[in-house]
Amino acid sequence: MSPSPLAQLDQQTAELLSTIDALTSLDALRDVEATLTGKRSVLAALQKSLGSLEPDERRAAGAELQEARRVVTAAFDERRRLLERDARLESLESDRLDLGDVVTPDVVRPLAPGHPSLVAITQRELEDVFVAMGFTVADGPEVETDWYNFEALNIPPAHPARGMWDTFYVDLGEPETVVLRTHTSPSQIHLMEEAVAKGTLPIHAVMPGRCFRRDTPDASHLYAFHQIEGLVVDRGITFGDLAGTIETFTRAYFGPDITSRLRPGYFPFTEPSAEFEVTCTICRGEGCRTCSFTGWIELGGCGVLDPAVFDAVGIDSTQWSGFAFGFGVDRCGQMRHQLTDMRALTENDTRFLEQLS
Amino acid sequence: MKISLAWLREFVDLPEPVSELQEILSDLGLVVEGTETVGESLDDVVVARVDEIRAIKGADRVRLVVVDAGDGPLEIVCGAMNFEVGNYVPLAPVGAVLPGGFEIAARTMRGVTSHGMLCSSRELRMSDDHQGLMILDDLIEPHVGERLLDALALTPDVIFDISVEGNRPDAWSIEGVARDLAVRLRRPLRGPVLASPNVTETSDSFAKAGIDDPESCGRLTVSVLRNVRVALSPSWVAQRLQHAGMRPISNVVDASNFVMLELGQPTHPYDAASVAGHTIRVRRARPGETLTTLDGVERVLATPGRGLGDTGEDCVIVDGDDQILGLAGVMGGASSGTSDETSDVLLEAAFFDPMTIARSSKRHGLRSEASHRFERGVDPELGLRAAARFVAVLQESVPELEWLAAPLDVRGDVPVPPTLTLDDDDLKGLLGITIDRDDLTSILSGMDFTVSERDGGLEVTAPSRRLDIRSGHLGRADVIEEIARIYSYRRIPRHNPAWPEVGGLTERQMLRRHLRDVIVDAGAFEAWTPSLGSDADFDLLYPGRERVRITNPLSSDESVLRATMITGLVRAWARNFERGTGDVVMAEFGVVFEHPSETSAPHVARGGVGGALTLNLPRENERLTVILGRPDDDARSAVALWRLLEGRLGLDDVVVRASEAPAGLHPTRTGTLVDRASGRTLGFVGEVDGELVGAITTVPGVRRLGLLDIDLDAVADPDVAIRRSPLVRVPGRFPSAVIDLAFVTPRTVHAADLEFALRGASDLIESVELFDVYEGPGLSEGSRSLAYNVRFSSSERTLSDQEISEARAALIAAASSLGAQLR
Ligand SMILES: [Zn+2]
Repeated sequence: MSPSPLAQLDQQTAELLSTIDALTSLDALRDVEATLTGKRSVLAALQKSLGSLEPDERRAAGAELQEARRVVTAAFDERRRLLERDARLESLESDRLDLGDVVTPDVVRPLAPGHPSLVAITQRELEDVFVAMGFTVADGPEVETDWYNFEALNIPPAHPARGMWDTFYVDLGEPETVVLRTHTSPSQIHLMEEAVAKGTLPIHAVMPGRCFRRDTPDASHLYAFHQIEGLVVDRGITFGDLAGTIETFTRAYFGPDITSRLRPGYFPFTEPSAEFEVTCTICRGEGCRTCSFTGWIELGGCGVLDPAVFDAVGIDSTQWSGFAFGFGVDRCGQMRHQLTDMRALTENDTRFLEQLS
Repeated sequence: MKISLAWLREFVDLPEPVSELQEILSDLGLVVEGTETVGESLDDVVVARVDEIRAIKGADRVRLVVVDAGDGPLEIVCGAMNFEVGNYVPLAPVGAVLPGGFEIAARTMRGVTSHGMLCSSRELRMSDDHQGLMILDDLIEPHVGERLLDALALTPDVIFDISVEGNRPDAWSIEGVARDLAVRLRRPLRGPVLASPNVTETSDSFAKAGIDDPESCGRLTVSVLRNVRVALSPSWVAQRLQHAGMRPISNVVDASNFVMLELGQPTHPYDAASVAGHTIRVRRARPGETLTTLDGVERVLATPGRGLGDTGEDCVIVDGDDQILGLAGVMGGASSGTSDETSDVLLEAAFFDPMTIARSSKRHGLRSEASHRFERGVDPELGLRAAARFVAVLQESVPELEWLAAPLDVRGDVPVPPTLTLDDDDLKGLLGITIDRDDLTSILSGMDFTVSERDGGLEVTAPSRRLDIRSGHLGRADVIEEIARIYSYRRIPRHNPAWPEVGGLTERQMLRRHLRDVIVDAGAFEAWTPSLGSDADFDLLYPGRERVRITNPLSSDESVLRATMITGLVRAWARNFERGTGDVVMAEFGVVFEHPSETSAPHVARGGVGGALTLNLPRENERLTVILGRPDDDARSAVALWRLLEGRLGLDDVVVRASEAPAGLHPTRTGTLVDRASGRTLGFVGEVDGELVGAITTVPGVRRLGLLDIDLDAVADPDVAIRRSPLVRVPGRFPSAVIDLAFVTPRTVHAADLEFALRGASDLIESVELFDVYEGPGLSEGSRSLAYNVRFSSSERTLSDQEISEARAALIAAASSLGAQLR
């Protein structure tokens, strides 16, 4: 009986492993790859010699050889990983820069203006109008509970009115308890709760912010957008005050020849509720395609605060009354700049951005 | 909701022109989203019979059709395939002008001349159906050569597409819209023709009805109709349905739909033969029961869904064997509808609890015309009136119809219409105006409120159909809205409220604006990158970390709330770079999110049903992230940008400390912005990790991207980011002395710390500024030379050499206390 071709396998394997351990650079590793694990390796040669064995022996020897190749290949890969890590560390080390030592006057940049975003510009213009009208500005979170986004606004769970908003739910807590806010209205609830807790009524505030609706993006919708919400809670506030405030804002923001009008609408958190329209800024009321030849553009919703909302936040509706309104910041920017595709806002193409100032 | 003007006019006299009516509807809150004229330009269209159909040689999309329209055979080339010899179809002969101004002319194709056009109902603007020709024998008894207008009894009509708000269940019908108009226009509202039971035999001798669940079913009426003959509807009924966007099916089904459109009451006609025991009961479904609905889907009932507060209740209609016939108010089952063999009908007209229907409909993802109406609230008192109208409509095609006396009428829990007091002050308080008592009464009684005078105001009871009117102080607001709506919002005078409190921005908002101005002035383009990203993006920087996930994302690429803006900005920059417009700085102000289990400071908020729970929400961190992507930009220019911001923000002393880099930043070229006084981190400065750039872009690895990532929550907090004192110092009039000092400084000593030590060395020091860093030959390993420019001055005198030399010595001493030696 001839000696098995694998008689030396253990020793051969050990030699290969120690060769691998001795490799100290990726270059060296690449150079010897073929002779260690590739076609020119000892193990590959042994593989060929198995052909002379009886089938049973060949199977057993094959398995043994395969195990040896697995061990060698694993060791080789591990060595490569270590060497690559070392190489990265070395290159990072040679790249190291102590940023405390930067002498900033040495860094000279050409003078070139940047550009604010269309949303930021619009939001600032809107805020400025409302600040001049005596409003403060409040921020609010983008992730809200169902309570703030819906229930405290008089929209109970499963209420059909929820169909008015396509809601993104967040995987936290019980199903549907946490949402990406679908409107800025939950900020009203935060403000009222806070004012009640601190005893700081009245409230005259606007609340701009990012909102989310589960809408497939197209030229006129993005799944994220910006709204600005207005809230007044004071003594003796009426629907007439709401209509006057909307009109004052409209003229201040769009110009003196643009006016507003209200028509009945439905929001669970206001009663009476209204949609507000402004003179079409394209045709100045003459009628055009943009306004479907009505001369009016629908801008947002508003209404006198529903007493159920006051009940939810603990405000005495016999003492206080108020109104709220809300509309799209992006939409105002779209009207002012005659933006034909809202998707440009999130494409961040510098050729688009550089037109803004 | 599609509303026919002709149908409306049966209920109330209306003004011309249509545009004026449209204005009135919108002002009533019934916004007209579109109008469509139908039945116009059909004068020339006639009824033709198909006598022969021949193939045209070489054409497989069109055939030659020989028709007779009264003047002998006429050859027409036609592309529709849905008809056969003997069918009656509409023909527009040569010279006819179809809706839209389309004039028919003789045309020759493939050697065959076509003498007119056979029409689909869409070509005639009669419905959206364009699956082929309009087959008239499905609709009427046709006569060759008759004008189509006469054959179908068509009158030109205007169809309004009206959007009805969710709080107006009463307006979800022709009659409801007509009522609003009648009250606004102060014109009488006419009722429809109603039938009465016409035999003495009583309903209970034939059928039974019962409510086992009075909470979900407030009213169940069942009418027994005999001698029913299922056939086609009269053409005017079919037309009304088509104009409303519904397909005519049979006289029985059509009558049910007709009544729903006209009065707002969904009804359900059952074939009595397939209802065991002629019995209709309403009960709650038992958990696990199943029903195959008309759409062929098997539904598992009474099993709570994922919806918040969903108890899983379903309300079902069952027969005498307790077999489920349908999901109440939502959709019928597959087995009990009427067919050509039907002769006895049980007509169910019920009131179901709106929330029960809403939950069922949402859970099963089933929406129907009926569920739409029931979940908004159908008048609990409408059932028998709707049945009377149903019978009147059905009698048009089945005059021999019998309606058994005393229809079955079972009551469950019906909401009690609230009675409210309405004082003159209430109106003034909410609307800001006073409305004449007579006007008020006429508006409210027109809308069927019961009104009586009382001291200082009115007592008002809502009609049963106004389920949207709540009780008490809430209901008062509802009624006042109703008054204002009819009165017209536009008539309420505008008033500008005034208050003594001033408006303004918070410190934080001003800081944000300030930062934006500075960063833009420094050359940044402001970007808006997605708040939602993919798991893969998240794993690039935060493998294994808990993420804030969206339950119902639009796509898996938008399923995780971002934890950084770096990834998005690098992508945005790279897209510009690849386009050749990338030599820019890009900045974004935005919120990044941290899972509540990953943060020690989750956002805690009220939540759960009723706001009764306290929930941990993601931490929302507002940041300003800036990518510096101009040629030669790197960590140095990022530091220079930070120094600019720091100066403009008026921060007292922020040190750029070498630190371990957070994910996404270059591991050896990153510094942490540390406020010296508070010791807190304000952000990071450095470069984007080249591995990240390589992973998400095709930009060559040699390009460095400077990075500034500022935590606005920290910078906005004056206890964290310490401001310079607002007090100012008037510089001395005496000349300053300037010296340069270079120190060989151990690497472990920070340049800013040495600078800080130097500044404190003498009262005479005006400023200390690092102007050179040298390392290399001549210096020992582990140290470098830091050269500072130091200015001295005194407000009282010109400094003597002695004083300058003492101050210099103090500087050297201060430096050596940190191990730095004068070079
Ligand atoms: Zn216009």
